[in-house]
Amino acid sequence: MVTVDMPQVGDIWSWLEAVPDPEIPVISVVDLGVVRDVAWQDDKLQITITPTYSGCPAMSVIAMDIETELLKRGINKLEIKTRIAPVWTTDWLSEKGLAKLEEYGIAPPQAAGEPERCPNCKSSSVEKISQFGSTPCKAQWRCKECLEPFDYFKCI
Amino acid sequence: MNALFEFLLRQGDNVLVLGHRTSEWCGTAPALEEDIALANTALDLIGQTKLWLEYAAEVEGEGRSANDLAFLRDAYDFRNVLMLETPNEDYGRTLMRQFLFDAFQVHWLTALTDSKDSRISEIAMKSVKEAQYHLERSRDTIIALGDGTELSNKKMQAALDYLWPYAREIMLVDDVDEAMHKDGIAPLPSEILAPWDALVKSTMRDAYLTIPDSNFVHKGGRTGQRHTEHLGHMLATMQVLQRSYPGATW
Repeated sequence: MVTVDMPQVGDIWSWLEAVPDPEIPVISVVDLGVVRDVAWQDDKLQITITPTYSGCPAMSVIAMDIETELLKRGINKLEIKTRIAPVWTTDWLSEKGLAKLEEYGIAPPQAAGEPERCPNCKSSSVEKISQFGSTPCKAQWRCKECLEPFDYFKCI
Repeated sequence: MNALFEFLLRQGDNVLVLGHRTSEWCGTAPALEEDIALANTALDLIGQTKLWLEYAAEVEGEGRSANDLAFLRDAYDFRNVLMLETPNEDYGRTLMRQFLFDAFQVHWLTALTDSKDSRISEIAMKSVKEAQYHLERSRDTIIALGDGTELSNKKMQAALDYLWPYAREIMLVDDVDEAMHKDGIAPLPSEILAPWDALVKSTMRDAYLTIPDSNFVHKGGRTGQRHTEHLGHMLATMQVLQRSYPGATW
């Protein structure tokens, strides 16, 4: 029997770590918790992704970016499936992803429902501007110390 | 008549019609933050529409897609409640309509998470998180404007007075609801009336607004029997591309 070159699932996960989220390019689709499963079905690779919000316009771009990255790695037989349950939660953001968000200037989600501190000057004196922001997953806040407005990643 | 298909159209058309109405504010809302908030709310609603209408199209089994259902049906085939097709008019009415809907939708979707139909339960689990966020905002804004200036209070009261006769159509019960209830797919919408009423009463009290003393309910939207004239005008805009260039994609 000829062994077809089928990369290990672990390697594929690490390749997907290099696919950035199209809206927040400092974190990967894996850090965001959007990639839910990677599995070989015979000689076909199945990737399961889940939307952050049901209307998230980035989903088709994410699917295309994953496909492009894996094609580059020589995977031609690929199926990308979308599922909505279990429902995406900010709990699925990786530790690495949370740190990168703050470094980028986006306050990471907090269970308390509001940002812990300003991602720029780190002051805890912050106020809400709007419950919604530049993408469905973010809200707008402002720092009362440095006066900079910033995005807060909504906790859901 | 396929009761499940009817039921799914009602769920999908409610969020589609409200989503489109809300999107009409895009670029013209009273403040940038509000513009963004309304556009994001509309986006959530359109996303939920896709989940409901994809399932509706599968259940119908006639080879139609979610897009076909959204863009190629005429007004009399829509199954949304009348309140959601009423024109935006002003910001107060837009927010009041959103609140009266959210107050129902959060309880309704929470109940649907227990549906025996696993697909419906999944869609409800996804949508309810978004609905809760919408409710938090619409409730806060109703209170801020009701308990605001004399003018903002007057506008919010006028919005409530206008929408009140429409508000409870969504909790009427007919054969479709009975069939869903019997099969364990959904509770009767009338079961939501008590928690909805409690939430609306406490919110209007905090907003210094008076609920009209009338039990009259406009109906005909969710059954498709009689829509308002507004729906046709709205669809004329929403569907123009697919009507003018059938099958256009990008």
